[in-house]
Parts: sequence; C-alpha cells; structure tokens
Amino acid sequence: MKPGKKLKSAACDTEVMVVRGSDVVLECGGVPMGDERPPEKAALNPAFAEGTKIGKRYTDAAGSVELLCTKAGQGSLSIGGVALQPKDAKPLPSSD
Amino acid sequence: MNLSLILQMAAEAEPGRIGLVCDGRRWSYGALLRAAQGAASRFSASGVGYVALLDESSEAAAIALFGAALAGVPYVPLNYRLADADLAALLKRVAPAWVIGDVERVRRLDPDSGHQLWSRGDFVAVAEQAAPIAGEPPEAGVAVQIFTSGTTAAPKAALLRHANLLSYILGTVDFGSAPEDDGALVCVPPYHIAGIAALLSSIYAMRRILLLPAFEPDAWLQLAAGEKASNAFVVPTMLGRIIQRLDAGNRPELPALKAIAYGGGKMPTELIERALTLFPQTDFTNAYGLTETSSTIALLGPEDHRSAHQASDPQARARLGSVGRPLPTVEIEIRDEDGRPLPAGERGEIYVRGEQVSGEYRERSALDAQGWFPTRDAGWLDAEGYLFLAGRADDVIVRGGENISPGEIEEVLLSHPAIADAAAVAVPSLEWGEAVGIAVVVRPPHEVPSEEELKKLIRDRLRSSRVPDRVAVLEALPYNEMGKLLRREVRKLFQAS
Repeated sequence: MKPGKKLKSAACDTEVMVVRGSDVVLECGGVPMGDERPPEKAALNPAFAEGTKIGKRYTDAAGSVELLCTKAGQGSLSIGGVALQPKDAKPLPSSD
Repeated sequence: MNLSLILQMAAEAEPGRIGLVCDGRRWSYGALLRAAQGAASRFSASGVGYVALLDESSEAAAIALFGAALAGVPYVPLNYRLADADLAALLKRVAPAWVIGDVERVRRLDPDSGHQLWSRGDFVAVAEQAAPIAGEPPEAGVAVQIFTSGTTAAPKAALLRHANLLSYILGTVDFGSAPEDDGALVCVPPYHIAGIAALLSSIYAMRRILLLPAFEPDAWLQLAAGEKASNAFVVPTMLGRIIQRLDAGNRPELPALKAIAYGGGKMPTELIERALTLFPQTDFTNAYGLTETSSTIALLGPEDHRSAHQASDPQARARLGSVGRPLPTVEIEIRDEDGRPLPAGERGEIYVRGEQVSGEYRERSALDAQGWFPTRDAGWLDAEGYLFLAGRADDVIVRGGENISPGEIEEVLLSHPAIADAAAVAVPSLEWGEAVGIAVVVRPPHEVPSEEELKKLIRDRLRSSRVPDRVAVLEALPYNEMGKLLRREVRKLFQAS
C-alpha cells in the first residue's frame, strides 16, 4: 500500500486514501477492501459497523498505517480484525 | 494522489454549502466541482499542454486550477502586471495553452503559438455546460507551474506536483474544520503561491472563500464587514494600507474577524504592534514560505504574537520579528557556505526538506542528494527553534572578503527611535570591492539623525566593518506589490549618485 493509493469498501460506501502504508490487507465492515467496489455489496459485519467519517485519519496502534477517509460509509476500518482508531488532529492556525 | 481530491471531498461532504463568493455570485462546492469537471473535459479534448490564467482572482481561478488537475494538465497562473515583452516570453514558454482572461493581450503579444483564448465569462459558461470528464484523474504529475519573479535572469518555471501540494494541505489543514459561518477573505493575486494555497486550504477546511479580485483597502474593509469575514491573509503592505484607512476614520465593525495571517515580505515591527493593538481580539499568524515549498514552511502563531507583544524583555519582544517555528511536517537547517549545518544563533542559508517541498524547476531540480532545498534566503534559528530571516543569501555584502548580512545592520538601525525603516545594501568600493550603504526612513516627528550618529550606533553595536560608507535618507523604501523590499532599487540609488 503506497501513499496515495485509493481503496474502496466491498461492504459500504467507504473510500480511503493511504497516507502512510505498509504491506497489509485493509478491511472495511469486516471485509477486505479493493481497488474497485464489487457489483454486489458484501454483507457488513456488525462488529465493524460504527461507520467512517469523511476527512478523518485512521491509524493502527503501531502507527505504521495511516488512512484518510475520502468518502464516508457505514463500515469501520480494521487490519486483521483489529479496529483502526481515528487520529486526533493537532490543529495549526490557518496561514493562508 | 490528485489535487482535485480537495474539492471532491468538500463536494462529497456538503455539496450545497457555499464555498466561494465573488462579485456577488455564490458558488456551492457541488457547483464548483461540476464546473471543474466540465472544464477538465474541454481541456482534455483541446490537446493543449498548459492551462494558463491571465486575470485577476475570480471563480475562474478555482475552476481552472481544479479542472486542470482533473485533466492532468499543468495550471499556470501568469502575472498580468508584467511588461509586454516579459509576458510574451512566458506565453511562448507555455504554448500551446488554454488561456483564460485578457484574450486581447494574448492576441497582440503571441498570436501565432496556437493558444486557445477564453474570456473569463466565456470560460466559466463553457465549463458549466460541458459534460464532466470521464475516468479517474492522473495519480501523479505537475499540478501547478509558477514562474518566479526572476530579478536577475529569466524567470524560472517552478513545478509543484500533486503530491507536494496535497502533502501541504493534508499536513496543515483539518478537513471540514471551519464552522459554517466562517469566511476567508482572499485578496492575494492568483499568480502568487499564497493565492493558490488560499484556495486549497479554504476549500479543504470548508471555509467559504470571499474573493476580492484586486486589493484596495476600502473594498477590503467593506467586504470583510459585509460578508462577516472570519479569516484573512494579507501581505504587510496591504495591512499597512488597511490601517491607514482605519486611522483616517473608515472604521467598519469587524466583530467576526477571528484571524489574520500575513506573509510574503518583511513585516515592520511597528506595523504589527499597531495591528495587535487595533485588533486585540484577532489572532495573528506570520507565515513564511516560498513558491518552491508549496507555501508555508514555518509559522509564528497567535500565542507567540500575544506573549511577544505583552513582554517587556527585549529578547521576548524580538520574537515578533521571527517567522516562528517549522511546521511539524518539514525540517529546517541553517548551513554555511560549504553546506555544513550551523548551530542555533548563527546566520547562514536556510535549507528545508519535506514532502511539500518541490525545489524543482522545468529545467532542473535544486534539491541536493538528501532532498534538501537551498532557499537562497538567509536566516538563523534561536535557541528555542524560532526562525529569523536575514534577507536573501544573494544580498550578502562582501567587504574585503568578509560576509556581512544586511539584516544585522538593519536591525540595529531599527532600534534607533528616529528610524522607521532601513535597508543595507552593497555599494561599490575601490578599497574593499564592496562596502555598506544604508537607506533609512525617518519616523516623524523625529529629526533626521546625523550620519555620524548612525555610524557610531553601528560601530558600537556591531563592528567597524559594518559601518556604512554611504547613507541615504528616503521618504519610503521601495517595495513590490507583495511587500518585498526591492534591494536592487536601493542599490541603484547608490550607483546613480
């Protein structure tokens, strides 16, 4: 997963862009994400159904993966069944 | 990654929310994206190599910027203030281009280069009507090309890739963080990096853009009050002119104005102190950046401003003259002439590294093997990591083999109560090759200090090599429209006399 790569959920509308990546399989709604959305949506795993929020960053505990949600959906993100956490923004004053 | 992601996300989150106001017309994020997609399909079909803007700021700048990104064609905003011969040379360097704006001028200056010419109104209309571009936008490439001002040689074509600009925005702006009634007053010209960054940052924060096509202080005050602007970016000259109007009695209520950011040139300490007093509730941020770094790389935030303004300790007050600390996403180093890093407190050339740093020109990349960009700006870091600028590295005065930074002399001169503004430049010297010349502006109602008094001040505070051979007293120093001191003009003064 190289920075800039886009992935789509197979189970909901979620789309993400990789900000920092490593070689892992990303899941959304408990189902692996892919380059394209399948013609038929996969079933959403209720354990991974908290939803994603557009503009939020999500990271794993080790901080080796960081994703930007570019489109919101009903599923939530995980790697190997471990949920990713939203990252707190450290706001900078606007300089433009 | 493609720069259009910024507008796509805003339009995805809230398509009906107003994102841009210009000349009374209000554009939603959805309408802007739709126009950018229409523009992209026309750019793509036209076979041009560039999308150029030769116009003041308007919605056309945003539509062209994002449309060009979607089509994978570099967007090149051109400086409409350039003289005919200089503009003609740039038009030839981007041919064939889709040119938006002053079509008559392009027809006159570069009729045979195959440009496709569109007035602002015609372009916006065709963008709104055209079918949206199909398929995914390109993942890499040049998003924006900006010609540097080129004071000594031909302007350089600085390239900003999608990844540079997006890294800057993703690293500094929290998506959709602006409350719905926020509005950012944008009055910098579209051909300046600050003009591009203002569009990108505001759209990603979902802060409504209030475009002022050409800066004029009364129009700025009227728009700020009428649209209840919450944020604004100005160059020091603009802030000075706004304060003059306030002092002259044009004082509209600006209770919504939460934050003013400034940059693009040296801010006189007196001016920022006056602004802090006039706008006690407003957050001030000083931003330092270059075209080649995708805008801001260091900033002095509101808390730094307030504590420096209230401090009595000269060291703490001096921080108002700093450009602040590096962004968390970039590294800054000060190096000597041989490229060796210098410790805090020592002056040298400012080097910067980070994903937002392009350092790339059409002709060559200026990055070193480790990815550091030599800014050609001189400066130093203090013990707490605050960056101070000391002019351009090229402005160094070489007197008998000794390097003298104009900034150190100017600082001492500005500490004199009668001196409102000061510039130190190299003047020809038979004995030393170069010597120091100073131009000063006297602050009324003070008397003009004698040459001897100024020379003694510098001799006492610095050393004898810094003492000026020549002293000129001016009504005002020459600045360009972005507030940059035109040192070459000051140098000319001494050559002429």
